[in-house]
Amino acid sequence: MLITCPYCGPRDVIEFTYQGDGNRERPEPASQNFEAWNAYVYDRLNPAGDHNEIWQHSGGCRAHLRVVRNTLTHEISSVAFVRGDHGSGARRKAEDKP
Amino acid sequence: MVERQSPLEPEFHVGSHGNFEHGVEILLTETRPGSIVQLAAWPGEEKKLIAAIRTVVGLALPDGAGGGMSDGAKSVFGFAPGKFTVADEAEGLAAAFAKAVTPDIGTVTDLSHGRTAIRIAGPKAEWVLAKFFAIDFALPAFPVGAGRSTVHHDVFAQIHRTGTDQFDLYVFRSFARSFWKALCHACEEVGYEVQ
Repeated sequence: MLITCPYCGPRDVIEFTYQGDGNRERPEPASQNFEAWNAYVYDRLNPAGDHNEIWQHSGGCRAHLRVVRNTLTHEISSVAFVRGDHGSGARRKAEDKP
Repeated sequence: MVERQSPLEPEFHVGSHGNFEHGVEILLTETRPGSIVQLAAWPGEEKKLIAAIRTVVGLALPDGAGGGMSDGAKSVFGFAPGKFTVADEAEGLAAAFAKAVTPDIGTVTDLSHGRTAIRIAGPKAEWVLAKFFAIDFALPAFPVGAGRSTVHHDVFAQIHRTGTDQFDLYVFRSFARSFWKALCHACEEVGYEVQ
């Protein structure tokens, strides 16, 4: 499985670390809403298809990435930085794309 | 200045090795730069950091991910968004950057003692590195001057292409000897010379 890092380009999955479900929304740290905390910790969509995930390119640029992976085919349909504030220099040029 | 000891020393054997009866196709050296510095810009400050690099080392970084260049003595390349590695044959790079990179631009980390720089050159350099790293070493994908960060098993490595057939590898000093031994083994079948 290849993940195309927006900075490094296509890399093997061994360079990446799965950081969990990208659909979770963390409640406010001071929140007393136990249902919201329970949902954050335990509830998963477990879809058979496209799934929002957070990966870290731990064996490369170490950026955290928002990845959409198909759980049936492992096809990666989108990869983006979790942080949206990286400048244009953080992206590969169009001609570099495979 | 006190001379820095090489972590490769017990395994660093100058001369030709491996299958070299038809000529050596790989040249291995330890470049031993005086300074290795890592620079990181706060979000939105990347351009100021690139300007500071130009002021301190006199190299104008090309735009884009992994862009870099080298003038022989000094090298600079991007290895992550807003982050750059700079190496210089001379010492004192971190002190020079500490003046130019103010706290509102980013951070300066002196890695001179933390990384070991190994140069692999020769017609089979690309071929040997392809055994180590799952990245595209072809010139159009990895042009001269560009940098890449990747791993060999769990040994993090930064690769700077400083020539068509020449790459500078920056690895953790503590893993450098083991990495060096593996690199020598990988070079054996094509014949290599350690200088």
